[in-house]
Amino acid sequence: MDWSFIISTTLLAAFGIEAIVFGLAAIGLNLQFGYTGLLNFGQSAFLAVAAYSLATLVSQMGFSFWIGIVVGILAAVLLALLLGVPTLRLRADYLAIVTIAAAEIVRLLLRSVTLKEWFGGSDGINDFSRGFYDLNPIAIGRYTIGPISLSQDQLFIIIVGWCLVALALLVTWLLVRSPWGRVLKGIREDEDAVRSLGKNVYLYKMQALIIGGVLGCLGGFVYALGRQAVNPDFFGTDSTFFAYAILILGGAARVFGPVLGAIIFWALIQGSDVILRSLIDAGVPVVSLMTASQAAIIRFILVGAGLMILMIYRPQGILGDRKELALDAR
Amino acid sequence: MPDSPVAGSRKEAAVQALAAVPNVPGAPKPDPILVADHVMRRFGGLTAVDVDHVEIQRGAITALIGPNGAGKTTFFNLLTGFDTPDSGSWLFNGKDLAGIPAYRVARMGMVRTFQLTKALSRMKVIENMRLGSTGQTGERLWASMLPFTWRKQEREITSRADALLERFNLLAKREDFAGSLSGGQRKLLEMARALMSGPEMVMLDEPMAGVNPALTQSLLQHIKDLREQGMTVLFVEHDMDMVRDISDWVIVMAQGRVIAEGPPEDVMKDSAVIDAYLGGHHDKALTASGVSFTEEDPA
Repeated sequence: MDWSFIISTTLLAAFGIEAIVFGLAAIGLNLQFGYTGLLNFGQSAFLAVAAYSLATLVSQMGFSFWIGIVVGILAAVLLALLLGVPTLRLRADYLAIVTIAAAEIVRLLLRSVTLKEWFGGSDGINDFSRGFYDLNPIAIGRYTIGPISLSQDQLFIIIVGWCLVALALLVTWLLVRSPWGRVLKGIREDEDAVRSLGKNVYLYKMQALIIGGVLGCLGGFVYALGRQAVNPDFFGTDSTFFAYAILILGGAARVFGPVLGAIIFWALIQGSDVILRSLIDAGVPVVSLMTASQAAIIRFILVGAGLMILMIYRPQGILGDRKELALDAR
Repeated sequence: MPDSPVAGSRKEAAVQALAAVPNVPGAPKPDPILVADHVMRRFGGLTAVDVDHVEIQRGAITALIGPNGAGKTTFFNLLTGFDTPDSGSWLFNGKDLAGIPAYRVARMGMVRTFQLTKALSRMKVIENMRLGSTGQTGERLWASMLPFTWRKQEREITSRADALLERFNLLAKREDFAGSLSGGQRKLLEMARALMSGPEMVMLDEPMAGVNPALTQSLLQHIKDLREQGMTVLFVEHDMDMVRDISDWVIVMAQGRVIAEGPPEDVMKDSAVIDAYLGGHHDKALTASGVSFTEEDPA
């Protein structure tokens, strides 16, 4: 077995584009779900509107990279308002229903034939990232970090991505340790109690939804620029649930929970895949009964079982506090 | 919060002020803080609350009693903005509260607690208390990210919270999660938290429900202290002994309407009240033999 290949692939997954994209999505969810208790099941739509604003404005309409970024962030704010205005006055489950439906509507619009001229249909868009990589100050060449070898562009997006993660963590950390964050936690515990103490609960929930959406939408930019392409089917419900799995794995309502969760989650997903493939190639009995493409599915079963075991023995996630979870909810 | 005078003086003042008030439903009070007119709330075909007129005297402890399903809690929710009546008007300090959301009612100085205690479980006791303070700079989104804008206020809030925790015997629990407190301690915490906003009027929905007898006395004393500090208290209660002990005035509701009002001793002799609790045709011989309903548990 080629251990250096297994290790380099796993490390690249743990610290590469996927971990950054889903880490950012989970940081946003953490503010919404972990701290405020908002069940946003449409996080992938926030990533989608950001990625497609950038791709469509630059590629189909000829605007500059920065305009694409600004419009993408505004689009995420607008989406949050659109979802929040009708549902945040209602019980928590309404937001869950509306967001999961809205995310699918966004995805289906993006891949529709009618709007192919704007969004490229199911093929997506792939010529918009020049403006970003023109900003790359790193000299052309290959860069080797430990067992990983990266091109200057890969290195650039990974550095920018982790800077965005750091920024998102800093914002979250500043927010949740403040009295503003205290109100959010109060809302998560019991919003009527918070209302009775003179807080405008609706406003706080809206702010949390918007900020969580904007933090998540940064993941959409990193995805689009890292792949140098956008494809509508990436923004399905799977992505949202990956982000939830990451958040719960790392520990909800912990500032570093989403990032740790993203690193471990992607290391497990990619690591188990390359290990299974290597075992098949090595002709190990039993394992080699399956094909490489079957192994790609089996790994999800393995990771799913692993998450189940974690939930049984450590339901609070890796960084969570068991004491907190042991308290009765009300 | 007004400074507290000699203990007991406010009780006498409240009793004196209410002495001349006739014992009829909807009686006008000399100095009402809260006035409700024709407040009606229907749930489908059921009229839960239909109050023609009621006034709550400032600086007094008023009890709102009535059999189960009388509409007490619904009336509470309507007054505090947690529910909207189908019709009617209600004024707090002369200000119309129609259409005012619950959080603004609280900021105006009328705070409430809940029948099912709402301690914020996964927050520390001290954080529960800090949350109770209104007008915090750090609760604004942009200011929250700049700690120097709210540090000083936070210290002031914390010292106020500590003082209240001390008064309510919760200081030892300061750093514990609110979810780890006993039922009675949660009631105390909820009351203390409500006081963090410095309210004029405190609305307590069944403050004694689920509290063990040992804590009941201290809870009663805390309610009396609220009056001594110049606050107005309106509370819902089932237990007649508690009501008799601490209230200056009692309002009785049955089937959504106010059926009697008066000082506790008079109200408990009122035949309309006894009928409401025990049914219209209860055995007359029972009361004649000296068993008054006040010795029964009405719940």
